[in-house]
Amino acid sequence: MLELQDWIDKNTYHHSQFWDLKKLVETKEKLGLKISLCLPTLNEEKTVGKEIIIFKSELMNRYPLIDEIAVIDSGSEDDTLKVAKNYGADTYLAADILPELEPKRGKGENLWKAIYQLEGDIIVYVDADISNIHPRFVYGLVAPLIYREEVKYVKAFYDRPLAFSGNVRASGGGRVTEILVRPLFSLFFPELTAIIQPLSGEYAVRREVLEQIAFPIGFGVETSHLIDVHHKFGLEAFAQTDLDKRVHENKPTISLGKMSFGILQTFIKRAKTLGIFEKAEHETILRQFQVTKDQYEQNLIEIVEEERPPMIEIEQYRKKFGR
Amino acid sequence: MINMKTEEVIENLPELAKNLKKHREVLLANLVMIGEIPSPTFQESERLEFLLDRFNEAGLTDSSIDGSGNGVGVLKGSKGESSILINAHADTVFSAKTDHTMQVSSDTITGPGVADNSLGLAVLATIPYILKELDFELEHDLILLGGSKSLGRGDLEGIRFFLDNNSFQISQAICIEGVELGRLSYSSIGMLRGEITCRVPHSYDWSRFGDASAILTLNEVINKINDIRLPKRPRTSIVMGSIAGGTSFNTIAKDATLGFEVRSESQEVVESAGQTIQDIVMEVSSKTGDDVELDIFAKRSPGGIPYAHPLNRCARQVMEILDIEPRLAPSTSELAALIDKKIPALTLGITHGDRIHKTDETIQIEPIYKGLAQLIGIIIAIDGGRCA
Repeated sequence: MLELQDWIDKNTYHHSQFWDLKKLVETKEKLGLKISLCLPTLNEEKTVGKEIIIFKSELMNRYPLIDEIAVIDSGSEDDTLKVAKNYGADTYLAADILPELEPKRGKGENLWKAIYQLEGDIIVYVDADISNIHPRFVYGLVAPLIYREEVKYVKAFYDRPLAFSGNVRASGGGRVTEILVRPLFSLFFPELTAIIQPLSGEYAVRREVLEQIAFPIGFGVETSHLIDVHHKFGLEAFAQTDLDKRVHENKPTISLGKMSFGILQTFIKRAKTLGIFEKAEHETILRQFQVTKDQYEQNLIEIVEEERPPMIEIEQYRKKFGR
Repeated sequence: MINMKTEEVIENLPELAKNLKKHREVLLANLVMIGEIPSPTFQESERLEFLLDRFNEAGLTDSSIDGSGNGVGVLKGSKGESSILINAHADTVFSAKTDHTMQVSSDTITGPGVADNSLGLAVLATIPYILKELDFELEHDLILLGGSKSLGRGDLEGIRFFLDNNSFQISQAICIEGVELGRLSYSSIGMLRGEITCRVPHSYDWSRFGDASAILTLNEVINKINDIRLPKRPRTSIVMGSIAGGTSFNTIAKDATLGFEVRSESQEVVESAGQTIQDIVMEVSSKTGDDVELDIFAKRSPGGIPYAHPLNRCARQVMEILDIEPRLAPSTSELAALIDKKIPALTLGITHGDRIHKTDETIQIEPIYKGLAQLIGIIIAIDGGRCA
């Protein structure tokens, strides 16, 4: 296993490191890269227009960083597509892309079909429900791919302080990340615990990687990406960028249950394929995150679940109760 | 001398309005990003820093935040002998705690302060970009002023500071407000704005049952103000605009406050009404034994340019070419500060809107292009010597 803290220090960025958009665009043009932005949607009329306006103004008109903005929709019943089209995005119904295939409905389907439909060497995926949208959601993710050839997959994370006391505070993802995914990764894929928010819906990826990985169409898509890219290319293929705050609607616990169920299915499928469950030993260190000043550090907690045998096996017990 | 290019541009303003649609995303992105930065009066700095970043990106090298917190950008003209000032106030009536998320639909944008005056400020931020894209080079310097501390208790402090301390030779000025398209203000009316606060004194004998309340005292004041006889000519009104007081259903209110404004075409009438209100406050205070306090924190004097002034005429011509119906109305906003400095000035609106000063304040997108064409038309006309 790589020295994880080293990896975190070298591959974790803050979007402000990439403020110089002029330089970023120049480098992108020198490399002859084409970048596509994909917004997967389902009933997002309230937020999609604002996202398109801001990305188009800031990252197409002012600084030509992205070459196309595409909305790929799962069949919205509201005005998502009308609003998106009005502001100049290319709009597609997921079902119309590769129509000869049996249509499936889910975010992962839209992300997967984007690989076929869009032209970019890099595709950046941004959820369409972000109400505090800002150009950093795109340039913060594509910049490591532009500046570092070896990086293939850049994942977003957000500063969501969970507790704060003195100079050190816990940092991490949402509820499903901390309760389900981080413990699972700590047990079976400890290297992947270096990804601060494995479930964030924003990431930028090179086409050469996207075309080689499978896409669960539902909640498991982010988890499967991490496991598959890690398996094929190693942790060195990843980088992650702090995009500060992300404001979106909070989901009720019952929805998180559905999400977790989907993630577990994806996880078990991959763990079986990779023979993870057959291993006699698994890890006993839970890897969480804390922030000291601006430094993200892993917090390692040894948790060994020891067990006592059934009481009937204890001699003194049997003697006392005549068993 | 009137420049021929000026005439051409002005005749073709309807075409320009159509072409401006190309810059929709840039303007609306500025609007959304500015609008989402809370900017209550006295706390405009973050919004004005954003404005300054825009000025810097557009190559306005002399941009700075001045001593009163105004954001100032200068678009250098080819001759630069005198300057045209374009002003938009940066503050809004909403507190920093209000959710400032903007919502964009196909034809409207909704959010607190979007009309008053995030749109005005966004236009200011976008003008250098648009003029560059249109390849218009002005002869005059164009000074773009994002004004701090304008509304309420701010009392135009930002623009007054700028006008007192700048070294430009400002020949004419335009104030931009988000709404209403067609607004044409060229005069200020006399105004006096203040608050009356009633307080039950600490020494009050609380064993007396229910016969004291700051609200009742304020009610007395309100009734008396309502009885003030106001002349029909010159036109005068007293607006009792806000009221606050008390804490719960069953507790006697210890304080109550009325916000009011006296407006008149005549300075004398304003002053006389102000004096009457002062007398009412003293009378009610002595009658009830409550503390009644009058705080006047803003005043304006009537003035402005005549209807036939070339700037005014020029603005009406531009509006006519664009088929905008002018709505003439006096103003008590930044225009008043310019009038005090004898600078010929106008206030213009950019689009139509509704639910102004509500959290779901909304503007229409489509009329913005006309509003912008109107502004650019008047700037070009001033620059070409048509309005002097």
